[in-house]
Amino acid sequence: MHLIDQHPILNYRHGRRVKFTFDGKEMEGYEGEPIAVALHANGVRVYRITPEMKRPRGFFCAIGKCSSCFMVVNGVPNVRTCVTPLEEGMDVRTQVGKGKVSI
Amino acid sequence: MMSTDVLVVGGGAAGLSAAAEAASCGARVTVLESDLQLGGQLIKQTHKFFGSKDEYAGTRGYKIADILLDEIRSAGDRVEVHTNVTVTGYYPEDGTITAMRGEEEYFRVSAKKVIVATGAQERLIPFPNNDLPGVYGAGAVQTLMNVYGVVPGKRVLMVGAGNIGLIVSYQLMQAGVQVAAVVEAMPKVGGYWVHAAKIRRLGVPIYLRYSIKEALGSQVVEGAIIQEVDDRCSGIGNEKEIDCDIICMAVGLSPTVELCWQAGCQMKYVPHLCGYVPLRDRTMRTSHKDIWVAGDASGIEEASAAMVEGRIAGLSAAMSLGFKGDPGKLDEYWSRLGHLRAGEVGEKIRAGISQVMVDGWEE
Repeated sequence: MHLIDQHPILNYRHGRRVKFTFDGKEMEGYEGEPIAVALHANGVRVYRITPEMKRPRGFFCAIGKCSSCFMVVNGVPNVRTCVTPLEEGMDVRTQVGKGKVSI
Repeated sequence: MMSTDVLVVGGGAAGLSAAAEAASCGARVTVLESDLQLGGQLIKQTHKFFGSKDEYAGTRGYKIADILLDEIRSAGDRVEVHTNVTVTGYYPEDGTITAMRGEEEYFRVSAKKVIVATGAQERLIPFPNNDLPGVYGAGAVQTLMNVYGVVPGKRVLMVGAGNIGLIVSYQLMQAGVQVAAVVEAMPKVGGYWVHAAKIRRLGVPIYLRYSIKEALGSQVVEGAIIQEVDDRCSGIGNEKEIDCDIICMAVGLSPTVELCWQAGCQMKYVPHLCGYVPLRDRTMRTSHKDIWVAGDASGIEEASAAMVEGRIAGLSAAMSLGFKGDPGKLDEYWSRLGHLRAGEVGEKIRAGISQVMVDGWEE
């Protein structure tokens, strides 16, 4: 994970380290921290592909306001991953287009 | 349904101050915060604040958040706080508020009074490839590195030399990230000189009258082209290629005021305050008799002012419900705002505030 190991002012406090998957690939992150942040720490930059122009989108506002980081989490599309806490065993996937809801 | 005396929407600098103040008068307060943590932008600030002792001058931003959170805790069960809850609507027919916890659980809130302390959202400027991953808002970069300790990238181009652009540039260097350059379309640095001096001393060039022309890359940012611009921000040549993997946008904020629109508050577009904001009286009450506003949602300003506005709104909302507060505090808070907005640096804010302040509302 790409973490800041030394900071002149801040001491980071992380929770429990848990495993989750991104597009089927196993990764590690900290429980309770935003999914988008865990992905970024694992070097993932592209979170979804836009419906019409097929453009890659990733992290942008980090406060749940811009919809750039929508992904499919545990089968649910359009999850704001920047404000959704990471849980052990989560299945996180790149969202292609608008995503589908299975009913 | 959740019910409360005073609902505070937003748990940042303004919202926490409002909640603490309203609770100190005896009101039952509920704070709903969309983020996973309280403290808003304060928890991302590693620099020491200015102002006077009343606004915690000399204390680093994230420590100020701790002070406010302690105050909230000391109010005991008078303040209920929920994170990861986004307020989604205000129904003016009966004042019902809707909210969602996480992404799927919806519920209603009934509140006697509402304080809108929803903050702001970042602006983006148009340029080719501005949607590429790696073009990040300055606040997002701060979240990554200062809240969660994640390295945002290797080398950053900062767009904007206002206080946010300058402060975040310095914070990036604190976190061990290179800052390739800062570009600023205006002919002078917009932020405080002390912040600009700090990054210049560390060898970061600040290109004035330069803006970003385009981001390079196909899947993620792999560089940027900057160019010299004229008074109207049009490119006039002198292009430079910047080696960077992050383009950090610090080009301003817009007040988050959807709830005020939904509630039918009288709104006004004021460029000095960076967008549409609700008209308000001296108690920070909007034209809606049950709704107050505080912080960046009332006009983009600094966290110090947001905290004082929160105090005013919290005090007034509680007193409107018959809770006992000291009305003399209102004058004290306004004199503190007066100091924060004094001098040349406060000129723009003063001009903006004068356009949205009303003497009082007709009952």
